[in-house]
Amino acid sequence: MGKKITIEPVTRVEGHGKVTIHLDDNGNVTETRLHIVEFRGFERFVQGRPYWEMPVLVQRLCGICPVSHHLAAAKALDVIVGAPQLSAVGEKMRRLMHYGQIFQSHALHFFHLASPDLLFGIGGDPLKRNVIGVALEHKDLATMGVLMRKFGQEIIQVTAGKKIHGTGAIPGGINKNLSIEERDRFLVGKPGYNIDQMIEWSQAALEFFKSYHAEHRAFIDHFAEFPSSHLSLVREDGALDLYHGVLRAVDANGKRILDDVDYQNYLDYISEEVRSWSYMKFPYLREFGKKEGWYRVGPLARLNTCDFIPTPLAQQEFETFRAYTHGKPNNMSMHMHWARLIETLHAAEVMRDLLNDPDLQNEDLVVKGKKTNEGVGLIEAPRGTLFHHYKINENDQIEMANLIVSTTNNNQPMNVAVEQVAKEMISGQKEVTEGMLNAVEVAIRAYDPCLSCATHAMGQMPLEISLYDANDQLIDRKMSH
Amino acid sequence: MSKPVVATTSLAGCFGCHMSILDIDERILDLIELVEFDKSPINDIKTFSRECDIGLIEGGCCNSENVEVLRDFRKHCKTLILVGECAIMGGLPALRNNIPIKECLEEAYLNSPSVTENEERIIPNDDELPIILNKVYPCQEIVKIDYYLPGCPPRADLIWETLVALIEGRKPKLDYELIKYD
Ligand code: SF4
Repeated sequence: MGKKITIEPVTRVEGHGKVTIHLDDNGNVTETRLHIVEFRGFERFVQGRPYWEMPVLVQRLCGICPVSHHLAAAKALDVIVGAPQLSAVGEKMRRLMHYGQIFQSHALHFFHLASPDLLFGIGGDPLKRNVIGVALEHKDLATMGVLMRKFGQEIIQVTAGKKIHGTGAIPGGINKNLSIEERDRFLVGKPGYNIDQMIEWSQAALEFFKSYHAEHRAFIDHFAEFPSSHLSLVREDGALDLYHGVLRAVDANGKRILDDVDYQNYLDYISEEVRSWSYMKFPYLREFGKKEGWYRVGPLARLNTCDFIPTPLAQQEFETFRAYTHGKPNNMSMHMHWARLIETLHAAEVMRDLLNDPDLQNEDLVVKGKKTNEGVGLIEAPRGTLFHHYKINENDQIEMANLIVSTTNNNQPMNVAVEQVAKEMISGQKEVTEGMLNAVEVAIRAYDPCLSCATHAMGQMPLEISLYDANDQLIDRKMSH
Repeated sequence: MSKPVVATTSLAGCFGCHMSILDIDERILDLIELVEFDKSPINDIKTFSRECDIGLIEGGCCNSENVEVLRDFRKHCKTLILVGECAIMGGLPALRNNIPIKECLEEAYLNSPSVTENEERIIPNDDELPIILNKVYPCQEIVKIDYYLPGCPPRADLIWETLVALIEGRKPKLDYELIKYD
């Protein structure tokens, strides 16, 4: 095969995400940066494509939560085709797809990607510290994680047509309903594999986390803890809602700084800053400016902004969670896992309610309306608020596409978390150990195990960490293994 | 006999192909009995620690770093398999191939309606960022490839049958249902 390209050989090894750490003369950390190093150019290359391709095209930014992009795009197109209010079956099939997605992605995030750090310790044997290690030494836990993810993926399959990159959502609705036979695969299922089992396992996972928390309170509470604002969608009555709602933000003390915002007007409230050292932009609330306006999104933010969870078992857990910080916003990064597991339980309860809903067998799949040329679609993706915004021309071609994805919303928080952990662990040290590097990754992993969507980059954070002295001389560079 | 060693990577892909590997579900527990994993984003092994039998590649090459990683895989893996549309043909990211990269960058960092205060017209260009290639290249234009698994992503059953056949040293049984594109 011919080599078509010549490039200068680069010294860096691999990694879509990378961290640099700068030190002063005393070996103290002065600056850290989390760089996102891949760029796709999506906003430009979709121009000219027919608008209805968006839900199937854009999901290929991220195969970890493709449903989120699929649905955010479809919601923007609902507005464009003049059908923002779907039929009951249209909306409920999409909700089932979405909560299936939340369920599988949260299971993946917790069991496959984060649990090894808890089970083997941050500085544990890096060869063991992965999902295979979990499978070999904690087979029950691994099996539970694998089957929970499978359940969510199969819910996606019957609603979207495929487990990954499906085609279910179309502008104005959905292209299939749920047959009784499909429904019963989940409602009745097999012993050990049905919706009731999933609810039980979600509770078991929560118990696992809570007892881990009880034993490692200092670590879970103080690791990468910092004050910040929090942003998410909430239902109009203040309930947690991951599919639809209005924008709300609270500051570190719980004061509402954004409330009841119709997201069609998101540009009035949110801007993004470009920095030369990362392809991922830095969003902020315009009112508070570039420096002060950043916020967190994701499970922790959602449980900080909402007033209650509209399913009973998750609501109970939510009350315990809220009581832990005396009703104030929870600013502890590692509590992201706690919030994630409460949402996992909530997603299972929502799926059970939807599966029991006869509307899912209705036939009026699509709603038609009067077309406009612009629409915004928002959704709470597993890792946080996701924005899609499109304009079309008179030939139905995309003229403008703007995306702010969940991980981008968490860009500044992840940088803050990295800085904090680096200062605590590395300041004053001459050598970087594997454990220190993994600690930095653990902080990022609480937010997002993968930076895929963010620049449409990918990889479960193979981090490369460089350490510079006061004269900007490289003193140590390590892959995190 | 020692177990075959498998390595995986995601270049300019969306990770959907890796997710499809995980979609073999319970068979993951069988797979880890059958093989050992080396460098892969699903574990913390980030540089090759030994020679591997099978390398699975997701995604094409959109920057200089992707090319380095791909060459490194060719060097360390006896059998190299492209998994999915992006690796085989460039896939969705290759939609940018007819557009100057400058336009793509300007659209994202200068023209975006949510970038309201970029008076200095900053476009990321730091030394820490790898060089973006003028086009997204399919992997077989850069190194020799042994097998191709079609799909976006390829079905989990196709990935499973291929791996098991390779491990058992037989020809994979590729029924139409397994290899049809979507
Ligand atoms: S082939 Fe499809 S699933 Fe695989 S990386 Fe490319 S877009 Fe993602």
